[in-house]
Amino acid sequence: MPDPTLFAAVKDPAHRPDPYPLYARLRESPVALQDDGTYVVTTHAALRALVFDPRLSSEDLPDATHPLTGNPFKDWIVNPIKDRIRSRHRPLIFRDPPDHDVLRRHVMREFTAVRVNAMHARVDALVADLLDRKREARQIDLVDDFSYPLPVTVICEMLGVPPEDEARFHSWATQLATALEPDAREDKENRDKNIATFDEIAAYMQDLIKEKRRHPVDDILSGLATGHDPQAGRMGDYDLIATAILLLIAGHETTVNLITNGMLTLLRFPEHLERLRADPEMAPRLIEELLRYEPPVHFRTRKALAAIRMDGTTIPEGAPVVLLFASGNRDPARFRDPDRFDPDREDIQHFGFGGSLHFCVGAPLARLEAEAALVALARRLKNPRLIENPPPYRPGASLRGPQHLRLAIEGIA
Amino acid sequence: MAEALRAVVVGASLAGLRGAEALRREGHRGPITLVGDEPHRPYDRPPLSKRVLSGEARPEAIDLPGQAGLDLTWRLGSAAVGLDLPARAVALATGERLPFDRLLIASGTRARPWPNPAEASLSGVFTLRNRDDAAALRAALAAKPARVLIIGAGFIGCEAAAACRSIGLSVTLVDPTPTPLASVLGTRIGRVVAEMLRREGVDYRPETRVEALEGDAAGRVRAARLAGGGRLDAPVVVVALGALRNTEWLAGSGVAADAGGVACDGFCRVLDRAGRPVDGVAAAGDVARFPHPLFPDGPVAFEHWGHAVEQAQHAARTLVGPPEGHGAYAAMPAFWSSQFDLNIKSVGLTNGADAVAVTQGSLAERRFVAVYGRAGRTVAAVSFDSARWLPAYAARIAAGDAFPPILGATDQGRVAPMDPGFPQRPARG
Repeated sequence: MPDPTLFAAVKDPAHRPDPYPLYARLRESPVALQDDGTYVVTTHAALRALVFDPRLSSEDLPDATHPLTGNPFKDWIVNPIKDRIRSRHRPLIFRDPPDHDVLRRHVMREFTAVRVNAMHARVDALVADLLDRKREARQIDLVDDFSYPLPVTVICEMLGVPPEDEARFHSWATQLATALEPDAREDKENRDKNIATFDEIAAYMQDLIKEKRRHPVDDILSGLATGHDPQAGRMGDYDLIATAILLLIAGHETTVNLITNGMLTLLRFPEHLERLRADPEMAPRLIEELLRYEPPVHFRTRKALAAIRMDGTTIPEGAPVVLLFASGNRDPARFRDPDRFDPDREDIQHFGFGGSLHFCVGAPLARLEAEAALVALARRLKNPRLIENPPPYRPGASLRGPQHLRLAIEGIA
Repeated sequence: MAEALRAVVVGASLAGLRGAEALRREGHRGPITLVGDEPHRPYDRPPLSKRVLSGEARPEAIDLPGQAGLDLTWRLGSAAVGLDLPARAVALATGERLPFDRLLIASGTRARPWPNPAEASLSGVFTLRNRDDAAALRAALAAKPARVLIIGAGFIGCEAAAACRSIGLSVTLVDPTPTPLASVLGTRIGRVVAEMLRREGVDYRPETRVEALEGDAAGRVRAARLAGGGRLDAPVVVVALGALRNTEWLAGSGVAADAGGVACDGFCRVLDRAGRPVDGVAAAGDVARFPHPLFPDGPVAFEHWGHAVEQAQHAARTLVGPPEGHGAYAAMPAFWSSQFDLNIKSVGLTNGADAVAVTQGSLAERRFVAVYGRAGRTVAAVSFDSARWLPAYAARIAAGDAFPPILGATDQGRVAPMDPGFPQRPARG
């Protein structure tokens, strides 16, 4: 049995720059029990089996309860009702079938391939514009100047959220994304903050949705607000708000890591940066390998609804389970020489977008954005060099990526 | 030494093609000759009862993709008619004899014909197994017949009914059992399919037997006479009565083969009449009957797409390498069907099941996983529009879990074992 404190070490920010040696030690057991009672699933085979296991529930978010305000009307009537409603109308990432499937069907009706592909030219233009602004720079922060604003602008435009409100989402998104981090979600203070933030963003979305109903346009929120699914009917208001918030946050917190990790990796393996510059056609393969090698989301949590036997371990009913996708991506039993970044791999069946029913809804958009971004960065940044290696990381162990990626350059072509 | 060895593959469909490719991959260097009774290169059969009938795919546009550069020799349109084991040669209908050092038997099945040959030969009466069958039936459907009568509510019959409805034709589907798919899924789950057929506008008639087909003076089918009286006008009749294994060509060869298939051991080695493996001869796909470790009742044969691929690869390994080097063939049986908008998928074998229970979803919504138990063990699972869960059930079946398995799943109501309602039937497989 591997050391039962390894996952605590994974969550420790000190290991953020390179958690992979910890994953390798965890993989000594496909399902590793930790001393806090969590079961961490680490091998590709065990992950494959468990993402398809209907006894793992995604409804594992602790119940939200408003902190007491001292106002009895709020504390005993308004807020408990709000909490109950919110628990029943969580976003689909925290829902199981059949509700999950209904919500996902609504989303997929709007988040279509046609709509994603229609963003192609717009993404190229945004990429060009962000780089043009730094044309004379000798140093850039790739995160602030490029990998953050790009996906945020794209998701706002697709959803139909006014870009001038973006400054407000930035902090909302950062706060609410902590719902994916085990330590933060167990922390009472952080939970209270999430509730307050959720109330703010929900109020904002409610107004926006009303507006979309009055004046629907060609965007995802208008579609969700006015649409009607032949099987699922119309989306309820609470589900609509939760879904809108989810899409907005997912657009804020994930692709930024993919692009930043991508550039970081290319600077660490400059021969591939050179190849990408010469041959943009290799971008799709390179991005798949990137999703294996440095995925934007390292793990997701679940709860066991029943005892599950897996590779000699029994996960007991009720136990928290961590699906450590980023470890499956580095499993030497599945990938030859897994710690080598190799876009020429024949077989890149990664968990970079998760798997099974919760597979990332935005995967095609993320691929499109990462391709446009990395190809342009490879072609236009003149002699880019890392100023700090490793760079400083954001706090999240699940949503893992650099906080900043400062590059020295000799201008932008 | 290996360079000189000659391989012959009898059967140029899925199992034959994948077997030939696997022979190369496993290191067979000598010539490989594929023998097929049809004049066509290997093609994919599942679309024949679906998109080809509805006209969405042309019959000649469903070729199986093959690996390039394998240097295969083809004998198409020339059926194998005999096997001479002492001389180690396959005789073809053309009179040619193909000597071999390694033989893969993948001769598959053919449609079970309408039992009365004179009635079966009426124009307008079709079976549905081959590309030419599908092309001819498609042409008849494109002429917008007033009604299509389908005899047999198995998978092919149901899929053909769905294809006909999708192009607006009136369809009558008759079967002697109480529900569609009764012999495979039981009548309890079959009822769900019956409701769907009716909702989709199929004139479905259970417990109905066609006694005879009637033709006119020109030899065209006109009507079907039903047992117990009654008559149906039927300008087009589809006979969907299942399949027969192509083993007649092996009669007298010394190989253990009969209507149940070609007998093999767990390594796909073909057995002689004394039950000994015949050196250098293996079988795979629909025609192969073999002992499966999960099904202790006796040898089984599966008419499943994925099985044809996997067993052919296993057989090729047996032919090229030391047979026991890679373990016995034990892949989990699995098949799928699509009809109307419904995707049905199954793992395991329902043979002999004495209970069925819904473990996820609901029958009423026609979106569920149902598991089958036999003497307290889980033996099969079938999903309706819920295929993503089946790998978990396949693992439970392979592990021999108690029935019902996977209690406590998401979207699980009360798990209540029911009688699966299998009609009295001869043992399948």
